Amino acid sequence: MKLTPDEQDILEGKHGRAAAKSMQILFALGTIYGAEHMVPVSSVQIAGVSYDNLGDAGLEFLAEMADGGGKTRVLATLNPAGMDVENWQALGISPTFAEKQALVMQAFQRMGVVTACSCTPYLFGNLPHFGEHIAWAESSAVCFANSVLGARTNREGGPSALASALTGRTPAYGYHLPQERRPTLAVQVRSSLSGTLDFGALGVAIGRRLEERRRPPIPYITGVEQASLEELKSFCASLATFGGSALFHIQGITPEASLYSPPEDAWVVTGDDLKAAAASLNEAGPAEVDFVSLGCPHLSLDEIARLASLLEGRRVSKTFWITTSRLVKHLADRMGYTALIEASGAIFAVDTCCVVAPIKGRFTGLATDSAKACYYAASKNKFKTRFLPFEQVVEEALQ
Amino acid sequence: MKLIGRKIYGGLAAGEALVSSMGVSFYGGVDPETGVIVEKGHDLEGRSIAGKVLVFPTGKGSTVGSYTLYRLKKAGKAPAAIINSQCETITAVGCIISEIPCVDSLPIDRILNGVHVRIEEDTVEFAG
Repeated sequence: MKLTPDEQDILEGKHGRAAAKSMQILFALGTIYGAEHMVPVSSVQIAGVSYDNLGDAGLEFLAEMADGGGKTRVLATLNPAGMDVENWQALGISPTFAEKQALVMQAFQRMGVVTACSCTPYLFGNLPHFGEHIAWAESSAVCFANSVLGARTNREGGPSALASALTGRTPAYGYHLPQERRPTLAVQVRSSLSGTLDFGALGVAIGRRLEERRRPPIPYITGVEQASLEELKSFCASLATFGGSALFHIQGITPEASLYSPPEDAWVVTGDDLKAAAASLNEAGPAEVDFVSLGCPHLSLDEIARLASLLEGRRVSKTFWITTSRLVKHLADRMGYTALIEASGAIFAVDTCCVVAPIKGRFTGLATDSAKACYYAASKNKFKTRFLPFEQVVEEALQ
Repeated sequence: MKLIGRKIYGGLAAGEALVSSMGVSFYGGVDPETGVIVEKGHDLEGRSIAGKVLVFPTGKGSTVGSYTLYRLKKAGKAPAAIINSQCETITAVGCIISEIPCVDSLPIDRILNGVHVRIEEDTVEFAG
């Protein structure tokens, strides 16, 4: 692994303790994965923000990096926090948790990290272009950036993404190299797909069949005729959660697909496979649902507009969290969607989501249109789940 | 016996080898307060990694596991050193931020449970 003189200076501590620690991390990762050099990155997305995941150790590490003079060299945004930063009381978050979460945010802010807490940074300006080297954590966003945008990133963890933010570098291995982005498996979809649930189910069906390897196969998917932004973000979250994928290609839809022809071995995914995948996440009876959430990944403005029209003039009877980014929420306020949604009794849980908020033990059953949310609800929070199309999730909240 | 591996995080450390043939998940698999392995069915379930030279093939699980190592270090319950056959991101980052010596690319099956192991940079010495 060869470093430039500037990178060597950082490693030797000439730019402060935090930058040196960061370069140590990146150098070690480059060594492990056989990188020959570093590449400059232009954008970073940092995971490990919720105090529920970080704990005191994570908080202490972040504070130490801030104390050590850590300053971002490139645009860096954050994953969802464990609470709505401005309105945590409404979500039933304890003051102790809120205090710790605020310290996490302060540490990031001191380092110059933009504290826009969202898993969809690409919806509000952290939007890398085709071929750009970036260092992103947040598995759904990694999958989106690589596959839909054609940017280049490995699946970073919290500390390695922070290390890239503080040095502007990442080791050149894996998905940064063109030869590592070739599809290795063809998947033929023999069913029409419509809506976030269908695309989530496709992610489950494909993801579960990808073997657990350090580098999962890169699917080349055919038979998908169209996909909206929202459907793609749903698919990315699901495929990354269930298959550990960081990259896929869809013929006619994603930008790199046209560079390749489909690999010879092909799996077939049928309508029955999708039904079975969806059914496997649908284990709560309607009576067991006491929590409803939309916005995993965070809702787009278009989804919020749709939600506002579905909820207009109606009352929800269950705890219903609408999770999105602060910037999208501002536009929802301006468009009058927020007022319509809040009049129904649904709650905006901005900056956070049902995956990272500390809600274990508070609910029994979750209804959502997100396969990823179902996975973490079951594994992390021990909730039963109901996996339904967007409109039916809203109906579930109204019943 | 003396083996030369690949240095992930340098330093000098010594301790009793605690050897597993299974992957270790620090997040969820190790109690961050006590250093005891709590993963059900793990071959080290119930054993404490505190102060040991922890030897295992490779890490697994959530990337938050790096912070678990950091927390163990702060609590005085971290392993003295880690030896892997193939180190991965979670363990490497955890060792660097916690300053735990770590070496990989070694035939770890030569190291027997309970032997005294001494690590210096990329070199691992033990009786056997």
